[in-house]
Amino acid sequence: MSGSAVTRITGRAIAIEGHDIDTDRIMPARFLKAITFEGLEAHLFEDDRIEAAGRGLVHPFDDTSRAGARVLIVGRNFGCGSSREHAPQAIARWGIRAIVGESFAEIFFGNALMLGLPCVMVDGETRAALAAVSADDPSIEIAVDLEARSVTTGDRSVPITISEPARHALMSGAWDATALLLADYDTVRRTAGRLPYIGGFKDL
Amino acid sequence: MPQTLFQKVWDRHAVRQLPNGQTQLYIGLHLIHEVTSPQAFDELAHRGWRVAAPERTFATIDHIVPTLSQQRPFADGMAETMTSALERNCREHGIPLFDLATGAQGIVHVIGPELGLTQPGMTICCGDSHTSTHGAFGAIAFGIGTSQVRDVLASQSLAVSPFKVRRIDVTGRLAPGVFAKDVILTIIGRLGVHGGAGYAYEYGGDAIERMSMDERMTICNMSIEGGARLGYVNPDQRTFDYVQGRRFAPAGDAFDRACDWWRQMASDPGAVYDDRVVIEGPSIAPTVTWGINPGQSVAVDGRLPEAREAGSTADEALAFMGFDAGQPIAGVKIDVAFVGSCTNGRLSDLREAARVIRGHRVAPHVRALVVPGSQAVRIAAEREGLHEVFADAGFEWRSAGCSMCLAMNPDRLNGREVCASSSNRNFKGRQGSPTGRTLLMSPAMVAAAAIAGEVVDVRTWGRLS
Ligand code: SF4
Repeated sequence: MSGSAVTRITGRAIAIEGHDIDTDRIMPARFLKAITFEGLEAHLFEDDRIEAAGRGLVHPFDDTSRAGARVLIVGRNFGCGSSREHAPQAIARWGIRAIVGESFAEIFFGNALMLGLPCVMVDGETRAALAAVSADDPSIEIAVDLEARSVTTGDRSVPITISEPARHALMSGAWDATALLLADYDTVRRTAGRLPYIGGFKDL
Repeated sequence: MPQTLFQKVWDRHAVRQLPNGQTQLYIGLHLIHEVTSPQAFDELAHRGWRVAAPERTFATIDHIVPTLSQQRPFADGMAETMTSALERNCREHGIPLFDLATGAQGIVHVIGPELGLTQPGMTICCGDSHTSTHGAFGAIAFGIGTSQVRDVLASQSLAVSPFKVRRIDVTGRLAPGVFAKDVILTIIGRLGVHGGAGYAYEYGGDAIERMSMDERMTICNMSIEGGARLGYVNPDQRTFDYVQGRRFAPAGDAFDRACDWWRQMASDPGAVYDDRVVIEGPSIAPTVTWGINPGQSVAVDGRLPEAREAGSTADEALAFMGFDAGQPIAGVKIDVAFVGSCTNGRLSDLREAARVIRGHRVAPHVRALVVPGSQAVRIAAEREGLHEVFADAGFEWRSAGCSMCLAMNPDRLNGREVCASSSNRNFKGRQGSPTGRTLLMSPAMVAAAAIAGEVVDVRTWGRLS
């Protein structure tokens, strides 16, 4: 089994300001006390949302004009810290279909990929411009195109970066790798058989 | 051609190249715990797959275990549910589980090495970002998410892209009162929290070679805090001595053959690295974080940076912590002291902390606790009488687990409390209170802060002076 092909995502945007946003902020640890991922989206950025409300501000994920957004705009090193897949799970379950950022922490990037959720990179200037456009008009649509390697708003199109294996996996629908990994299990077994520690370093 | 350990181990575990260019990598050891595995087992059941190699999979409970009363069922219903789920999954698939009754339970990254499961030249995965800890033995060890846990359970392999290798040499001798924690905080401060993206870190140089395995684990543990998914130290005699005689280690002639192979796995002289960094060991001071990520640190006798542009992480950190730009870090009052975690919850860490507090009392306004990294650490510490040293000083002596490192159990900060912590993350909300504040430092520095009631320089304070 594998996922469906992801080539182009179009939708309204929601932006998170700041850099080095860690997964404890995206999904505080107390919500990891569960044996399923169901309902996690309700707690996305919960502590940040409470903090914003306390200061009389509206966090983007509490802003009703952002409901239904499909493209998340973020800064540098988004998703750093813990390996908890609960973070991208909650983002995807909330309805986000693509993340556009300056850079991503590696484990987060990989976890998102496993869910068919592309994380694409743009430069800081583009990130700021996209956030500004969307701030001015929440109804504006952004298109992330993996095929053309671009992100487009209105008539402005700029290039995006994404690693080629990730792009390939998304566009071919092979981002769910388990079946692929099982396809040639004999070779897995042979590889293991060549490793001396698998046999406990027995004399050969 | 001379090769790095990374290249040698990677090549030997490469199963095949996948159509998208990634490598299918064989995983020699898969460690699992209660938080990131239940959904993976569910998916496995849903798709009708079995665990491919239960004999190469080992489980423990660490993140949610209470460290006070460990009577089952746990008082926290969800903790009980998660534990039962792991027990059921392990039973169904024939996976050994080191639970509370085994005497071998503990933080997954503490018990792997302790049991001799962690060995040089292996590939090791766990649904936990601090899996990099195991790299201290010269293994390729990295954290994965739950979907990848599913992949490893189902196929004992993963789809991954290779890493570049950055050699980090820490030269010379560390000054007294300076520990592995200070070294890694300094490295992260220097290279940044995203500096290691795409890299495996190979740590070497005199200072690293002189370190014990415990200290090397502290270094490798926090590689991920520097953005590097894995970090390792080349195996040497000290590594072999540590592994020898442990429960899952090869014994007799097999151990000698193992040592030969392990030695071959070490990076060759003249191996080519994608990048090199040199850090002068003698220049490193006891280091303390002042902000909301582990890269925001300063020497204990230093000052916080001057304010940066509005909207920067530094700016956000100062506001959150309630600190002033340019203020000294020494003298910051603390409310809580925590010694523990997979970074600094091993026996040598407890010894260092105990050395500092012996004969002193915790400041009246400070709540202090010690949480051993594993049941084995706890037992060994009690055999040396360390629990009494801690109790006499006013520290709570707890059972093994992750505890206040991430506060998924009842151990947590309240409100805006400031915690001197030997753990690895000072993210907003990390220690259980959304407004709680964490200062990361070495166990000796935590101990000194607990007694003084504020951040102090362990070099000039108390018994190390
Ligand atoms: S001690 Fe902390 S960092 Fe280590 S595994 Fe437990 S929660 Fe994670």
